[in-house]
Amino acid sequence: MLSEGSSFIKGLFLGSLFCLVMSTLVSYGPSWHPGQDSHLHHHIKAPSKEELQRLPEAQRLELSQRVRVYCAIMVQPKNLEHWTTAKDTWSKHCDRAVFYSPEGSATLEVVELQEQDEWARMRKALRHAYDHADDLHWFFLARPTTFAIIENLKYLVLDKEPGQPFYIGRVAKSGELEYVEYESGVVLSREALRRLTEALEDTERCPERGRALWRLNEEKQLAECLKYRGVFAENGEDTQGRGLFNSCSVGSLISESLARRPPNVLESCCSDMAVTFSGMTPNQMQVMMFGVYRLRPYGHAFHDSLMFLPPVGSEND
Amino acid sequence: MAMKVVSSRCSFYLGFLVGTCMLYFLLHQAGFNKTLPKLSDGLGTTAKALPKQGTEHKDWRVEGSALINQNHAHHSGEDSRIADELYKKVRILCWVMTSPSNLQTKARHVKATWSRHCNVLVFMSSEEDPDFPTVKLSTGEGRDQLYWKTIQAFHYVLKNHDEEADWFLKADDDTFVIVDNLRWLLSNYTPEEPIYFGKRFKPYTKQGYMSGGAGYVLSKEALRRFVEGFRTKVCTHTSSVEDLALGQCLEKMGVAAGDSRDTLHRETFHPFVPENHLVGTFPKSFWYWNYCYYPIVEGPQCCSDLAVSFHYVDAEMMYLLDYYTYHLRAYGYRHRYQPPLPESLGVLPQTVGGAGLGNEPGVGGNAAEQEAESKARLEAEPAGNRTAVLEKQ
Repeated sequence: MLSEGSSFIKGLFLGSLFCLVMSTLVSYGPSWHPGQDSHLHHHIKAPSKEELQRLPEAQRLELSQRVRVYCAIMVQPKNLEHWTTAKDTWSKHCDRAVFYSPEGSATLEVVELQEQDEWARMRKALRHAYDHADDLHWFFLARPTTFAIIENLKYLVLDKEPGQPFYIGRVAKSGELEYVEYESGVVLSREALRRLTEALEDTERCPERGRALWRLNEEKQLAECLKYRGVFAENGEDTQGRGLFNSCSVGSLISESLARRPPNVLESCCSDMAVTFSGMTPNQMQVMMFGVYRLRPYGHAFHDSLMFLPPVGSEND
Repeated sequence: MAMKVVSSRCSFYLGFLVGTCMLYFLLHQAGFNKTLPKLSDGLGTTAKALPKQGTEHKDWRVEGSALINQNHAHHSGEDSRIADELYKKVRILCWVMTSPSNLQTKARHVKATWSRHCNVLVFMSSEEDPDFPTVKLSTGEGRDQLYWKTIQAFHYVLKNHDEEADWFLKADDDTFVIVDNLRWLLSNYTPEEPIYFGKRFKPYTKQGYMSGGAGYVLSKEALRRFVEGFRTKVCTHTSSVEDLALGQCLEKMGVAAGDSRDTLHRETFHPFVPENHLVGTFPKSFWYWNYCYYPIVEGPQCCSDLAVSFHYVDAEMMYLLDYYTYHLRAYGYRHRYQPPLPESLGVLPQTVGGAGLGNEPGVGGNAAEQEAESKARLEAEPAGNRTAVLEKQ
C-alpha cells in the first residue's frame, strides 16, 4: 500500500515535470506561435501627427504628390445599382477610377474584360491598371459593393514608399496563407503590382486556371501569387488597433457592438479614420457620403498636415 | 510479490498521467489569463487613449432629476475652441420626451449619444426614475397626453433651470440632435428675443409652427411667454396635437417663428431620417408637400452640412449618426460649405484662420477662404491632383 502510494507520488512529480519541460520547449520552439503573435509584424498604421510635423514642408509636399490612387472597380452589369452608386459617390475621390466589367456597357464607361472567371478578370484588370497607371503609385482594387474613403487611404499610406511592396487591407488567414479580403478592398503599391504582373507570367506558380481540385477564390489566388514574389499581406489599422478595412456594413458593426454592451459603443467597434465598409445598400452609401464629406458639428477643427479638395462638378460631397 | 510490483507500477503510471494533466491545465489557465488581459487591454487602451471621452458618470453632475454637463465632450486630436466658445455663450437645456417603457430601449441611447453635448439635460416621463434620472410629470402616457406633457415639461424647466440655460430644446426619444450646429444657428439671436426654431410647417397658423418630432427650441423669452400664456389663460390645452397647439399659443403670445435654414437656404431640422431626405422621393400625394413652409428640396441640397436634427431615429441609427457627425471623417478634406463665423464670436485671440484650414472658417467666411488658399500651396498639375500641403502649425 505504501509502495503504491509512493509510486503514485513519484509518478505525479515526474509527470508534472515532464509537462513543464514539454511546454517550455514547445513555446520557445521556432515554429509555434500563438495566433496573435503571428500578426504582430504585419500591421500598417498611418503616420502620427508628430511624425508628419517633424518633416520639412518640402518633403510633405513631395508626399502629397506621391500619394495618388488608381481605383480599379470590378463591376457586374447585373448589379447596375451598386455600379452607378459607386460612380456617383466614393469613386469620385480617386485620382483615377476605372470600371472593369466582364461585358461592355452601352451607358457606362467601362473596360471590357471578356472573362467570366473572377480570377481571370482580376488578373486582366490589374495588368491593365499597371499598364495605364502613368504616374499613379497606389492601386485600390474593390467591388462597387464596397464604400471607400480615399482620403483616409491616402493618409494610411502617406509615408509608405510605393517603390516597396505593400499589400494592405483586412487580413484573414486560411491555413498557412494570409490574404487580404477582397470585400473590404485591396491596396497595392506600385512595386507590389509590378511584382504581381511578373508573377502572372509564371504559369506554374500563378496559373490562370487554378488546378481543378484545389480552386482557391480570387482573393487567395492573389495572395499566393504575391507571396511567391515576396509580397505579404498587411493589416491596416489605426492607433488603437481597430481595423480600418471592414468587410461588413457600419450598421452591422454598430449593432454587434451594442449587443456587447461596452462602455463606449462606437469606440469599441469603429475607427474615426476607417477606409472601407462593405455590404451597404446604394441608399446607405449615399447617406455615408453625406455623413463623411458633409455632416459635421460646427466649431471643431482638425489641423491635418495635408488638404484634399473636393472633386469638381460634384454635389453630394 | 509480483502483484505488488505490478500495482505499484500502475500507481506510478497513474501518478504520471495525473501529474501531466494537472500541470497542463494549470499552465493553460495561466496562458489563458495571459491572453485575456491582452484582449481587454485592446479595449482598455482604447478607453485610455481618449481620456476626455469619459463615461456619462464623469461628464454629468446629477442635480435632482437633471443632468448638468461638466465636461464639454471632447475628441482627441481636434481643435474645438470655437465649439467651446459657443458652448459657454449659447447655453442649451435639452428636455427629452420619453416614457417608462422607452427608457432602456430609446432614452438610454439618447443619453449615450447626442445629448452629451447639451449644457443641461432632463428626461421627462410619467414616472420618476432616480437612477436614470427622469422627471415625473403628472400625466399618463399616450399620444393624447403629448401636449399635457409638453406644457408641464416647459413649466418645469423654466421653474427649475431658468438660470442655467438660454435656450430650451424639446426633443423626442427618437430625435437625433446635433447640438453644436444648433448653437451655430442660435448664435445670431439672443435669448431675450421672443423667437423659436424648428422644422417649419405652414398650415393652420399665420406664421407657421414647428414639427414636434424634428425637435424645436425656444428662447428664454419665448419660454417665459409660453408659461405666462397659461397663467393668464390666453393659452390652454386646446388639443393633443402638441406641435400645432404650442405653435398657436406662441403665435398668440407674440413669439416669432424663426427661419432655421442655413446661409444657403438649406433645411437644418428634419422630420425624417437622412435617407428619406437625401435619396428618397416623397410621393406627390404625401401630406409633407402641403405642410412644409419652405419649398421642399430633394437630393443632396435637402439638408444642410450643419444639420440640426433628424427624426424616427432608432437605437442603431443614433450611434450611426453620432459616428458620422462626431467620429468618422475624411482626412484633410476641405469641405465645400464654409459656414461663416457667428458675428457674436468676433475675432478670437488665437485666430483659427491659419490653423483651421479646410475645416473651419477664420474671421468671416470669404476672407478665410482666400487666406486659406494663399497659405496652402496647391499642386501645379491640372485636374487630377487636388492635394495641398498646409503650413506647419
